[in-house]
Amino acid sequence: MSILVNKNTRVVVQGITGKEGSFHATQCKAYGTKVVAGVTPGKAGQEVEGIPVFNTVRDAVKKEQCDTSLIFVPPPFCADAILEAADAGVKLIICITEGIPVNDMVRVKRALSGRDVRLIGPNCPGVITVDEAKIGIMPGFIHKKGVVGVVSRSGTLTYEAVHQLSTLGLGETTCVGIGGDPVNGTGFVDVLPLFEKDPETQAIVMIGEIGGDAEEKAAEFIKKHVKKPVISFIAGITAPPGRRMGHAGAIISGGKGTATEKMKALETAGVTVVKNPAEIGNAVKKALGR
Amino acid sequence: MNVHEFQAKQLFAQFGVPVPRGKEITSPEAATAWANELNTPVFVVKAQIHAGGRGKAGGVKITKDKSAVAGFARELIGKTLVTHQTGPKGRTVHRLLMEEGANIAKELYLSILVDRDTGWPIFIASTEGGMEIEEVAAHTPEKIIKEPIDPAVGFQGYNGRNIAFALGLQNLEPAVMGPFTKMLGNLYRLFMEKNCALVEINPLIITKEKTVVALDGKVSFDDNGLFKHEDVQKMRDLNEEEPLEIEATANNLNYVKLDGNIGCMVNGAGLAMATMDVIKLAGSEPANFLDVGGGATKETVAAGFRILLKDPNVKGIFINIFGGIVRCERIAHGVIEAAKEVKINVPLVVRLQGTNAEEGRKLLADSGLKLEVANDLWEAAQKIVRLTGKAA
Repeated sequence: MSILVNKNTRVVVQGITGKEGSFHATQCKAYGTKVVAGVTPGKAGQEVEGIPVFNTVRDAVKKEQCDTSLIFVPPPFCADAILEAADAGVKLIICITEGIPVNDMVRVKRALSGRDVRLIGPNCPGVITVDEAKIGIMPGFIHKKGVVGVVSRSGTLTYEAVHQLSTLGLGETTCVGIGGDPVNGTGFVDVLPLFEKDPETQAIVMIGEIGGDAEEKAAEFIKKHVKKPVISFIAGITAPPGRRMGHAGAIISGGKGTATEKMKALETAGVTVVKNPAEIGNAVKKALGR
Repeated sequence: MNVHEFQAKQLFAQFGVPVPRGKEITSPEAATAWANELNTPVFVVKAQIHAGGRGKAGGVKITKDKSAVAGFARELIGKTLVTHQTGPKGRTVHRLLMEEGANIAKELYLSILVDRDTGWPIFIASTEGGMEIEEVAAHTPEKIIKEPIDPAVGFQGYNGRNIAFALGLQNLEPAVMGPFTKMLGNLYRLFMEKNCALVEINPLIITKEKTVVALDGKVSFDDNGLFKHEDVQKMRDLNEEEPLEIEATANNLNYVKLDGNIGCMVNGAGLAMATMDVIKLAGSEPANFLDVGGGATKETVAAGFRILLKDPNVKGIFINIFGGIVRCERIAHGVIEAAKEVKINVPLVVRLQGTNAEEGRKLLADSGLKLEVANDLWEAAQKIVRLTGKAA
């Protein structure tokens, strides 16, 4: 078991003929992911590393029965690409692209609401179910099959946590990057119940950062619905207010969204909050009684 | 990206949001000329900096005497204003907004931004105009009115009525109900069409002449949306930005200057913040946030070094790279090459982990460069703090 993606997931890569798209489509396929189609308008008939390219997602879904899309389309065209995937009947859309205008995401999120489709990202590393499917840009080799579910707003900081879990022999089930943008498709509260239900996942690592109140919402949810141990790190306790720390969503505005507030909310909900990001792995080990 | 009040008001006027007659002024002579043209009973001269609290800091002058405006202009241009938002160094005034005064009957607060929780734009309004809205929200939350706008259909008449009635406008001044609602619709259009991150009017006033006027204006833009708007890009004022941050942006680096003395260079925004946090835990303070991004090369590392070393507070540098797609031996080569070009005269700790980390660490150890290599994040942080001394 795992969440969201597995060895049967059939992936279409939108923007597959671009530099990023072709590189990562190849890497995902090499990991064992069923990358069965690519889309670049006007380039149907071409192949990328043996992956057939189609003009539209609709064609790709019809010919290759794709259920998941991985998007590398540049920011100005990304809203269009997400909506195209949704209209073509794809059930899971993973958008890697960084730099999509917030107001584009406002319209996309509204258009997807109430429909049977899940968007992960944008501005995220993607989703990996260890040894089954890597659908994103994370380095596959740092992962090790195991018992910890990881959900995070960050990229390389997630790799840091995963590295610790793998090195300590705990390993991961599925790792989900929800992305660093202020308006995204999937939040902590959407992923937490999936891990709670997954029989293989024994503990959950949640990596948050300053800005917004997704961590506070997660704390409320955990208090009521999560029985498994949750270990959390919140980045940005040293970040000054009013400054955007790289991620579009990482900003303390109007005194709201500080790391301290988030840590407090999570601790109140019974979450183990580590202050030192080098201690994430050890804290999980302790929580699992190993 | 932020813009000045006078630029915000130009956008308001363009979108049909009423503002006082005014003009950007950069000299005492221009102030006198505009005063003659304006020909109004009351003149308002406002310093233009990207920070609030200008009034309290002496940056706003009001006079009935036309001949006084040149003196105010002379006093304000070149003056350094220190407000609660500028930091202790303050900001130098380079330009002014000079406009007609208004007969204020009532001050209101109004803003629009995206509610991150729902992903919908939301209007925030309050009868407590002229106050800090955070203060109002903290002490009298019942005086904050919120009206989400469904982005599928945009601003509707009922949204305007909800806000207007909640503010009590029908009792205050029924004549302004119509113009007020129309103005809200125009503000929503401005917000969406120009990819704004925040539009704030504080105060929005009702005048004794029964009109609605934006007496102040603050607009900030979503940087990701700027590519759509050449007119907005032209409004950027580099005087208002940190020079090192401008240089970083030109090199595709994401840099934020802070006040500590350990410079850090990291790949990825989350890990960069975590690195700052771990420096503090080890007993010192970070000098900056610097994300070199996913495609760190010799050039980006060299540019990073140059920027870090230009900050006189930097007493040591901590490079923290988790190689994913970026391979550590490439980064090591980059550090070695960059160190040849840029003279590094402070202690340097490099922590490499992930793809080809061992190879990278060996390259650095054999390079003959004066630096310390580490595998572990905590070990590396302790090393750099030990080498630079704890913060006072």
